[in-house]
Amino acid sequence: MQGFPILSVMLAVPAVAAIACLFLSAQGARLLALAATLIDFALGIVLWTQFDVGGAQWQFVEHAPGIFGPFGWSLGIDGFALLLIMLSVFLMPICIGASWRAIDKRVPEYMGLFLFTEVLMIGTFAAQDLFLFYVFFEAGLIPMYLIIGIWGGANRIYASYKFFLYTLLGSLLMFVAMLYMARTAGTTSIPALLAYDFPASVQTWLWIAFFASFAVKMPMWPVHTWLPDAHVQAPTAGSVILAGVLLKLGGYGFLRFLLPMFPEASGQLTWLIFALSAVAVIYASLVALVQSDMKKLIAYSSVAHMAIVTIGLYAFNQQGIEGAMIMMLSHGLVSGALFLCVGVIYDRLHTREIARYGGLSINMPKYAVLFLFFTMASIGLPGTSGFVAEFLSLMGTYQVSTWTALLCTTGIILGAAYMLYLYRRVAYGEIKSDEVAAMPDLSSRELWLLAPIAAVTLWMGVYPESFLAPMRKDVQVLLQRIDRANPGSDSRPTAGNPALATTHAPEHQAAHGEAH
Amino acid sequence: MILAIVFLPLLAAAIAGFGNKAIGNVPAKVVTTGALFISCALSWPIFIGYLSGANVATVTPVLHWITSGTMSVDWALRVDSLTAIMLVVITSVSALVHLYSWGYMSEEPDQPRFFAYLCLFTFAMLMLVTADNLVQMFFGWEGVGLASYLLIGFWFRKPSANAAAIKAFVVNRVGDLGFMLGIFGTFLVFGTVSIPAILAAAPGMAGSTIGFLGYRFDTMTVLCLLLFVGAMGKSAQLGLHTWLPDAMEGPTPVSALIHAATMVTAGVFMVCRLSPMFETSPTALGVITVIGACTCFFAATVGTVQTDIKRVIAYSTCSQLGYMFFAAGVGAYGAAMFHLFTHAFFKALLFLGAGSVIHAMHHEQDMRYYGGLRRHIPLTFWAMMMGTLAITGVGIPALFGNPMAFGFAGFHSKDAIIEVAYAGGSGFAFWAGVIAALLTSFYSWRLMFLTFWGKPRWTGSEHIQHAIHDAHGHGHDDHAHGHAHDAHHNDAHSEDAGREPHTHGAGHTDVPEGTGGYHPHESPLVMLIPLIVLSIGAIAAGFVFHGWFIEPEAGESYWKGAIAFNEHLMHSMHGVPVWVKLSATVVMLLGLLTAYLTYIRAPEFPAKFADQFRILYRFLLNKWYFDEIYHFLFVRPAFAIGRLLWHRGDEKTIDRFGPNGVAWLVQLGSKGAARFQTGYLYSYAFVMLIGLTAAVTWAILG
Repeated sequence: MQGFPILSVMLAVPAVAAIACLFLSAQGARLLALAATLIDFALGIVLWTQFDVGGAQWQFVEHAPGIFGPFGWSLGIDGFALLLIMLSVFLMPICIGASWRAIDKRVPEYMGLFLFTEVLMIGTFAAQDLFLFYVFFEAGLIPMYLIIGIWGGANRIYASYKFFLYTLLGSLLMFVAMLYMARTAGTTSIPALLAYDFPASVQTWLWIAFFASFAVKMPMWPVHTWLPDAHVQAPTAGSVILAGVLLKLGGYGFLRFLLPMFPEASGQLTWLIFALSAVAVIYASLVALVQSDMKKLIAYSSVAHMAIVTIGLYAFNQQGIEGAMIMMLSHGLVSGALFLCVGVIYDRLHTREIARYGGLSINMPKYAVLFLFFTMASIGLPGTSGFVAEFLSLMGTYQVSTWTALLCTTGIILGAAYMLYLYRRVAYGEIKSDEVAAMPDLSSRELWLLAPIAAVTLWMGVYPESFLAPMRKDVQVLLQRIDRANPGSDSRPTAGNPALATTHAPEHQAAHGEAH
Repeated sequence: MILAIVFLPLLAAAIAGFGNKAIGNVPAKVVTTGALFISCALSWPIFIGYLSGANVATVTPVLHWITSGTMSVDWALRVDSLTAIMLVVITSVSALVHLYSWGYMSEEPDQPRFFAYLCLFTFAMLMLVTADNLVQMFFGWEGVGLASYLLIGFWFRKPSANAAAIKAFVVNRVGDLGFMLGIFGTFLVFGTVSIPAILAAAPGMAGSTIGFLGYRFDTMTVLCLLLFVGAMGKSAQLGLHTWLPDAMEGPTPVSALIHAATMVTAGVFMVCRLSPMFETSPTALGVITVIGACTCFFAATVGTVQTDIKRVIAYSTCSQLGYMFFAAGVGAYGAAMFHLFTHAFFKALLFLGAGSVIHAMHHEQDMRYYGGLRRHIPLTFWAMMMGTLAITGVGIPALFGNPMAFGFAGFHSKDAIIEVAYAGGSGFAFWAGVIAALLTSFYSWRLMFLTFWGKPRWTGSEHIQHAIHDAHGHGHDDHAHGHAHDAHHNDAHSEDAGREPHTHGAGHTDVPEGTGGYHPHESPLVMLIPLIVLSIGAIAAGFVFHGWFIEPEAGESYWKGAIAFNEHLMHSMHGVPVWVKLSATVVMLLGLLTAYLTYIRAPEFPAKFADQFRILYRFLLNKWYFDEIYHFLFVRPAFAIGRLLWHRGDEKTIDRFGPNGVAWLVQLGSKGAARFQTGYLYSYAFVMLIGLTAAVTWAILG
């Protein structure tokens, strides 16, 4: 496989198809988009099978300087990027399938934009040049603006505007920081920058600039309010991609830039991440509990889940970072699937109002089973991907801060409360109305959208090794880089002394101060 | 073999669940029930192998699960003498409950789903007890929680069932919070989640201290208490018990299997499995003793005034779990496991018996509308009698020249716990246990007397009225009562057609008083066989097995290190004073006498008593107001704060000063901002992109 520019091909296929779509009929555009995304998925599988686990850090490297003027066409992936690219190419055909019937106006443009989104997402994860990354990263939002703004719901303009405003500030700060970094380090190559040590005093400013951008994308509390609106207004497939992949750009940014490039600043500002995340878990969960709009509820649950990602990343240990990464993948699958579940019934009754539904288990049993499965995965039931994710992230966090772990673990209680409450109102009880009674069960197309996600969710829950192995070495590399800034643990158990078991060893107490 | 025991139920659950309507009721039931009987048949030889001392502990690896850094978790099935007990309890009761459900659920339209859930539960429970590491135990722990949620909410059209299901799941999650933190802490301290490795290292950590939430505590105490919070949730101990009575919304076979015999004992199992770890923290053991004793007393008091037959048994379960915990708390893990073992048989029996009564009484669960059923459903009556004799602890102590104690199952296990609490030096637990034994005897006999003795009081029941009307409705249009129920004509009662139903309970010449002409029917054979088998367990399980569980020699002959067996304590249990040994039997007789006097001799007395002590009565009837307090403290604030954060936080603060504020400012300053509002903002994005590219060019070239 060496020498074959597979990453470029994966970018080119949807790019060419996107343009071709514009010249086709609606049905032709659908078929072409599906074909292109499936080809990319097949290429993704090739990429995964050819990826040398435990081999070189950067694989499938392509470099063509000067194509884009000052910044080079540099691509290459490590384990993190591989997994996130896999997530993107896996969800893409499902999104096309979800839009098959739901979108009936301006279909060629819509399909073109989705394919364009795919190009930009893969590009973001594969970029090895600072500015190439930036272009992909920021441009990725353009098709999303358009998808929300053209095919969105009634209040789509406000939603896309909010999305834009939030992103604007962060992007500008990050851009300024990137300019500074490029000039200081004299390179725009990400692998080179990963080894470059910025002075600690500068790191804090750079960290804040990058953080402003990634925190919005994550989204972290309190810059999360664009997400519920964007989700509510976006068409189903838009929500799937938004939750499934675009939110992961923030987490990827944390992994690729904030932690390894500014380790000292990261160590010093861990408290900020922990505080914002702990607030987010409890705040977003409580707000989710009182939502009457299904998409808003799931959007707020995303905010809570993404907070688990950030604490995991800032745990500075292998469990935390691997857990955070699995959480990104798991959340991408599960919340994507939950949005599809909402889409299924939205297509039938044209409302997201929870109170309009009820008793769907009676007339839509297949739907009820799959919806329950994803509900449980979202709650983090062991055996599903959600558990592995939560468990590892929180375990990592506990080793750093017991308070943060305690506060964030309350998410498992609140998560169960709001998800089961949602499920009860939608699927249990008596059938609400004749309209609800008339809703048919899943069509085979819908079943084929949800079943593969369910299968992968289960796979990731029962045998997560397939997903942990590709990133294991990258996590170790990252940890070697940042370990010097490790904020340390607040537990610090002392050695046991069985002989003194009853005296509670007061001399140990004196020897160790408080953690914070 | 162990693979078959554990995974056959999973396979059967998948076949029945996904096959569902496509394969039909009978194949689904045959597959699930068959799988359980095979599992059961395979489990007993394993248990017997341990009893004979031939088997040694084994671990069967299945699949690799999670590796992250130094943490490595495998799917593996561990079998030792402790697991062997759970294997036979789970598979036996589960197999019998499956069989029983053939009859009990026969009119249910959705049977494959029910049997699939039961099988899924059994699988998860088996994963829990065969866990070789804490994470797999947590998998089973949550798996049984899921099955419990699904089964409590099995009749999902009923709002009360849905509410109970959510409550069970969420309250259990509170416990799980503790369990999870306990696992994290254990990993932090020991660097592993493998149970044998932790237990081996635990004694060495005695006396160590650890930082937790900003303070420093004794390491093992913190870990044990965190894990115990998990056990409290699953085993419905005081504070986290509120879900168990509500769980009675599920079908009765479910109550017997999950909420009596198996799942709720998982907490006790966990403490016993980790007993060498708990032994290192006297503080944690003290807490377990006190919580167990309090639960035991609390639940028994509430049980004395409940009128729903299933709720009485539910509180009884809660109380008996308290016994198991304080037995563990004083260090008698063998006694705790012994009571778990005998309790599984007699409590499953009581629940299935109650189910048979409910079946006979046309879904009426209120004991106030029972009475005089002894002659109508004699087999059920005798089965319930065996259960009652077992739970109240009827037997002859080994005193006054009697060489060997001999009695029903509960006599051996419960009396042992009371004695060992005394021997273990916990006067509090001892007295709580004795008083609870008195109350146990009282409420158990109260249940029996209200149900099977006295005069029929059936006419007051709406369910019975429905049944009567269903049977008599046709052609009797002159009746004033709801003929709306005629839709479900019940052929079983058609022989009564032509008789007049009586709603006022007054005597008609050929209708016995209070029956309204209703004829309770004995349950079918598939329901009676499990009752008979469990009756044998309730009679004999204590006498036959006590030598392997609690005698001082059991540590070497049976347990072989599977639990922290305190031989010395078990010796001193036999040396307690005579009055201690007699106490349990005496209070049992006292409870029986009180119940006899108040419910047979002077049936008007309880009402008078309730009138006299109104406050106490209402306090008990309302279950010490736990639900009300929790609702006020947690449920309402959660929703109120959620709404507040949403409206005041997100909308009135963040959005107002954030994006909306910026928009307002921009609008003030420039008319161009209006274009933001018109949907052209993507053009701005393009402009931005071009500008950025120019800036980059400048940065690199400049």
